[in-house]
Amino acid sequence: MKKIIKYVILDILRNKIVMAYTIFLLIISFSIFNLEDTAGKGLLSLLNIVLIIVPLVSIIFSTIYIYNSAEFIELLVSQPIKRKTLWLSIFIGLAGSMSLAFFIGAGISVLLFEFSATGITMIATGILLSIIFVAIALLASVRTRDKAKGIGIAILLWFYFSVLFDGLVLFILFQFSDYPIEKFMIGVSALNPIDLARVLIILKMDVSVMLGYTGAVFQDFFGSQWGVIIAGLVLSAWAALPLLLSLRKFNRKDL
Amino acid sequence: MIIASNVSKKFGKLKVLDNVSAACNKSQCIALIGPNGSGKTTFIKCLLGMVVPDSGFITFNEKNIIHDWQYRSNIGYMPQIGRYPDNMTIAQVLDMLKDIRKSKDTQTDEDLINEFNLAALMNKRMSTLSGGTRQKVSASLAFLFNPDVLILDEPTAGLDPLSAEILKEKIIAEKKKGKLILITSHVLSDLDDMITEVMYMQDGSLRFHKSFEDLRSDTGEQKLSKAIARVMKNN
Repeated sequence: MKKIIKYVILDILRNKIVMAYTIFLLIISFSIFNLEDTAGKGLLSLLNIVLIIVPLVSIIFSTIYIYNSAEFIELLVSQPIKRKTLWLSIFIGLAGSMSLAFFIGAGISVLLFEFSATGITMIATGILLSIIFVAIALLASVRTRDKAKGIGIAILLWFYFSVLFDGLVLFILFQFSDYPIEKFMIGVSALNPIDLARVLIILKMDVSVMLGYTGAVFQDFFGSQWGVIIAGLVLSAWAALPLLLSLRKFNRKDL
Repeated sequence: MIIASNVSKKFGKLKVLDNVSAACNKSQCIALIGPNGSGKTTFIKCLLGMVVPDSGFITFNEKNIIHDWQYRSNIGYMPQIGRYPDNMTIAQVLDMLKDIRKSKDTQTDEDLINEFNLAALMNKRMSTLSGGTRQKVSASLAFLFNPDVLILDEPTAGLDPLSAEILKEKIIAEKKKGKLILITSHVLSDLDDMITEVMYMQDGSLRFHKSFEDLRSDTGEQKLSKAIARVMKNN
């Protein structure tokens, strides 16, 4: 397994996009911290950018990478290697390099400017989001044979999680504002990893103005401590579930 | 050595393999023949576990291959169209596979690499190679680890006459060592002096599987191409 991870990572490193992504994050994070007068404010601005960009780059880069390494996968499947090993190696290689890119790009400046529990939560959720969206990309690309369709699905998924979902939540909220749907809304917020990540970091920051509706309900229901733990657990499930489903599919896929 | 029982496979509505059963044994050299789209490549991919059959099973040395993967270390596979990672050089592909497959007790067999003169091209990227050179790389990889079973899908297609001759001689040499060799080809004249058995597939089912000698006496023809032509006419 180690050998295959090595070749996947070597291949990704040869790709300039990950390098560009790292440098982009680095420039953004440093300039934000230098623009804002307090580091706390900087962290908040950075959070908003990270929540958009990290999922987008992770899901699209991973989907394209899987389609482009179709030959690599085909070559290795005919060799004495377990399919499970091959697929998990690709996952670890992708998730590892996306997380590393995020850590170098955004993590280092956060540690420099805002070394606190909040800052560390922010880095952890950023890494978790990278892993989650790599897993979702694996699922999207293993289920569709056509490259254009697969990349389209990846973009739509990102669009859904980062834009459409908020709209849907607001819509439900207004439609059913006469009913007590707080508990239901907690369930709904668990359906979106980006939303959860936002709630998790803002709970840690303790800026209740920024919490938004789901966040306020979350804090009210769980209290800060439990809220963070539950959100973290649900996020981990978001990484594990798509990965397991894609692995099952890949095990029976015809190449 | 390899036994397939009632293997069926559908791609969508198209039935590609229909209840194929076959047994292949050591030191046989089997020609898998049939028209385009008769399921030869799919059958081979089933043997390699690249395509999972809908029903039926395949055993390799009496072990079902569905939960096994180690059996593939005994197989050298040369695909019909070799597809390799574009941004790797020949040397990198060879090194990677050696790194993954090599164990201490197997000697690598680099005859074909030397005879095809691949050494001069080692630092070329796979995406810049011509179709024929790609075939040479595929052939060299199939023979590289001295496997007990060789599965060659259209080995001579796209090779120049000189290289095709080198490959044929290599196949005959390996056959003499007692290996099981499975070849598909449309160039039947290539197969005459190497095969011992013939499998004929049509529309996804195995029409017959008999020794080359039997086929010769049944049809009264000496050449494989003539014999097969006669079988196809009689159908």
